[in-house]
Amino acid sequence: MTGQSVDGDPREHGLGGMPHNFFTGTLEDVVRWARQNSMWPATFGLACCALEMMAMGAAHYDVARFGMEVFRASPRQADLMIVAGRVSQKMAPVLRQVYDQMMEPKWVISMGVCASTGGMFNNYALVQGVDQIVPVDVYVPGCPPNPQTLLHGIITLHDLIRTGDIVSRREHTGAGAEVHVEASTPGEQPVAITSSR
Amino acid sequence: MTDADPPAEHESVPEENVLPMRHGVPVTEERGVAVLFPTRERYVEVVRALYDEGFRFCADLTAVDYLTHPGRALPEGVEPERFEVVVQLLSHEDRTRCRVRVQIPHDDPVIPTLWPVHPGTEAPEREAFDMFGIRFDGHPDLTRILMPEDWDGYPLRKDYAVGRIPVQFKGVPPPR
Amino acid sequence: MTTTHGPEWLRAETDEGRQELTDRRDTPPHELLRETGAVLRMSEAEAARLSEEPAASDETMIINMGPQHPSTHGVLRVMLELRGEEVLRSKPVIGYLHTGMEKTGEDLTYLQGPTNVTRMDYAAPFFNELVYCMAVEELIGLELPPRAVWMRMLLCELNRMSSHFLFQATNGMDIGAISMMLYGWRERDEILQVFEKITGLRMNHNFIRVGGVAADLPDGWEDDVLRMLDAFPPRLDEYDDLLTGQPIWRERTQDVGVITAEEAVALGATGPILRSTGVPWDLRRTMPYLAYDEVDFDVVVGSYGDAFDRYAIRLNEIRESMKIVRQCVERMPTGDYRVQDKKVTPPPRSRIDESMEALIHHFKLFTEGFKVPEGEVYTVVESPRGELGCYIVSDGGPRPYRMHIRGPSFVNLQTLPHMLRGGLVADAVAAISSVDPIMGEVDR
Repeated sequence: MTGQSVDGDPREHGLGGMPHNFFTGTLEDVVRWARQNSMWPATFGLACCALEMMAMGAAHYDVARFGMEVFRASPRQADLMIVAGRVSQKMAPVLRQVYDQMMEPKWVISMGVCASTGGMFNNYALVQGVDQIVPVDVYVPGCPPNPQTLLHGIITLHDLIRTGDIVSRREHTGAGAEVHVEASTPGEQPVAITSSR
Repeated sequence: MTDADPPAEHESVPEENVLPMRHGVPVTEERGVAVLFPTRERYVEVVRALYDEGFRFCADLTAVDYLTHPGRALPEGVEPERFEVVVQLLSHEDRTRCRVRVQIPHDDPVIPTLWPVHPGTEAPEREAFDMFGIRFDGHPDLTRILMPEDWDGYPLRKDYAVGRIPVQFKGVPPPR
Repeated sequence: MTTTHGPEWLRAETDEGRQELTDRRDTPPHELLRETGAVLRMSEAEAARLSEEPAASDETMIINMGPQHPSTHGVLRVMLELRGEEVLRSKPVIGYLHTGMEKTGEDLTYLQGPTNVTRMDYAAPFFNELVYCMAVEELIGLELPPRAVWMRMLLCELNRMSSHFLFQATNGMDIGAISMMLYGWRERDEILQVFEKITGLRMNHNFIRVGGVAADLPDGWEDDVLRMLDAFPPRLDEYDDLLTGQPIWRERTQDVGVITAEEAVALGATGPILRSTGVPWDLRRTMPYLAYDEVDFDVVVGSYGDAFDRYAIRLNEIRESMKIVRQCVERMPTGDYRVQDKKVTPPPRSRIDESMEALIHHFKLFTEGFKVPEGEVYTVVESPRGELGCYIVSDGGPRPYRMHIRGPSFVNLQTLPHMLRGGLVADAVAAISSVDPIMGEVDR
C-alpha cells in the first residue's frame, strides 16, 4: 500500500505525518493487513499450555497490542485456533468439530510440544501431534512455551499472512505452512525464520 | 465351626505363631499404617467395621495388576491373585490412616462396590474398571470414565502395551 | 470446511454413549438419584420425589456444557438437564485430558518420575513433585537435610499462592468480574518470575527431586521474595474492595453450590471444599509433613459451605502462605540442598571430570536409575485443591511397578451434581468455578 505519507507504507510507519487522509493499495494488501491485525483466537486451552496462553493474554505480556485479546468462545467468530495442550483420544473428535465450525480463513497454531508431536507422552492416550487431525500453520515448541515464545509464533503467523504466503499455499496444498519457530528466551537476538518450501 | 476362638476385635490373639488379626482378617503394619487383607466376601463388611471404628473418610480406591510381580510379600493365609484393589481410609478424629487390600483373581475380576458405605468411591471405582477391567458389583453407573466409550482393552493392565509410536530420534532406546 | 465426512459422522464420533446424561426414561433409578446429587441415604418417599419430577420429559432439556467452553477450567464437560433455567440433574463427563501418565510413570525411572507427575496438577506443579518424591524417599528411607526441607516448603507455599491467584482470576472472570483476570495474572506472573529465577522454569519445573531439590537457591533470592511479599498485601486488599463486600458478588456466590460437612466427607471432598463446610482439616496442621509443625500459620475454615466461603478461604490462604514464606525466608537453614547419598543423587557436574567414581554414578543414575526397595507406600500432602496422595508399589527395580496419584480434583468433582441441583445455569458456572478443578489431575 502506498499513501501520501512522509515515510511511506502506512503499515510500517503508521498514519501519522500523512498530509492527505487517504491511501491507495491493492485490495489483497488491505485485506491481509486487516486479517493480520485483528485475528481473534478461539479458546482451545487444554492443559498447562493454556495457563501460559492466558498469561500471554494478561497484562504482563499483553497480546492486546496485536489486537488479539478477545478470545472468542464461539468458533464461528474466531479466526485462529491455538491448540494449547495435549490432545487425548477422547478430545480429538471435539477438536475436529470445533475446527470445522470455524469459518475460512482460519489458522491453527500448535502450541507446546504435546500439541506438536505428542510431547513427552508417547503412549496410547494422546494423539501424537495435532497435525494428524487439523492442518497446522505454526508449531511453537516448549513445555510449556514462554508467553514470549508464543507471541513470537503469533507474529510469525502475522508475517506469513501479510506476505500472502499462507493463503496461497493453502490453495495449492490444502495444508498448513509448517513453519517451525525456535523457542526464544528473553534477551536473545531475534531468530530468522525460513519456511520450508 | 469347631472350637476356634472367635477372632478378637483388635490385634493379636494371645498365642504363639498366630497372625495378628483385625476384624477377622490378617493385618500387617507398613510404615506406621495398618494394612488389612480381607477376602472378597468379607470386604464390604470389614470396611463397614472400620467405618464404625472411625475410618469415615475413604481417601482413595485404586487397583494394581501384579501379573509381572507375582512373588510379592503377603501375610500367611492370603493367596496372591493377579489383581488387587487397594483402599486408603482415614480417620479424622484419630488422625490415622489404614489400608485395605483385596485379592482379585484374573478369571473372575468382580468385587462388591463400596459405594453404599463411601459414596465418594463412585468415580475411583469407575476408573479402576476403565483401567483394569475390574467390575464392581452394585455400582450405580459402571461405565468408562477416562477412555472413550468404545475403547477396547484395559490400559493399565500389564499385558496392555504403552502404545509408543516409533520416533525418528537418535537417543536412548525405550526400556521395553 | 472440507471434511470427507458430514456432521452426522462428527456427532457420532463425539457421542460418549452411556457416559453421558441420558433421558430420564433410559436412566436406571439409582443412577438418576446420583445425577440429582443425592448423597446420603434418604427415605423412600424423598427418593421417589426426587426421581419423579417432572412427570413429562418434554418439559426438560438436556444440554451440554463443554468440553470446549469459555469457562477456563480446562476440558470438563458437564451435561445438564434443565427445566427453563433451573438445573434438575447434572453429570460431569471427564477423560478429555487423559494422558496415560500412570502408565508412562511405570516406564520412567525415579529420577525421571517428577517430570511426569508435575504435569498432572499443572497449576501447582511443585506439590505433585513433592508427593512423588516423598513417597520414594519413604520407600528408600532417606532422611533429608533441613535446607532441602525448608526449600521445598518455601517453593510449595509460593506455589500455593500462585495457584490461589489463578483461582481468584478465573473465578472472578467466570462470575463476571473480568478485571480480576488481569489482576490475578499480574500477581501470578510475579511469582512465576521468582520461580524462573530459582528453578529455571515458570511452570512444570521438575525441581523437587528424590533426595532434595535440584539446585541451590540463587544469590539475592531473599530480596526478590520479600519485595514480592511486600507488594502483595495492598493488592489483596484491592481484591477485598472489589469483591468481598460487593453486593453483586455476594448475591452471585452466597448460598450457591452449598454442601454440608456430612456430604463432603461422604463424597471424599478435601481442601477448601471441606474446609468451607466447617471441618478444620488441613494436612499441614493435622498430619504435618516437611517442617509445617515448626511454622506458625492459621487454617482458614468457613461455615456455610457455599461458593463465597471457598473464595474467601482461598483469599485468606494466600495471606497465610505469605506468613509461612516470610518465616521460611527468615529461618532458611544453611547446608546441603540435597542428600549426599551417592546412590540417589547425581554428583555435581564439575566432579565428573575429576573422579571416575562420580562419572560412573552419574552414568548409572541417568541411564538405569537407582533401585528402590520392594514395598508400597501412600504419601499425602495438602495441595491447593485438597489431599494429594501418591501410592507407589515398588518391586525392587529402578522404575515404579505401579504409580497412582490420588488427585483431589478427581474426587472433588463428585460433589458437582449435588452442588448444581436446584440452582440456575449461572449458578452452575459459579459452583464449578468454586470447586477449582484442574483437569490434568482429574484425568491424568
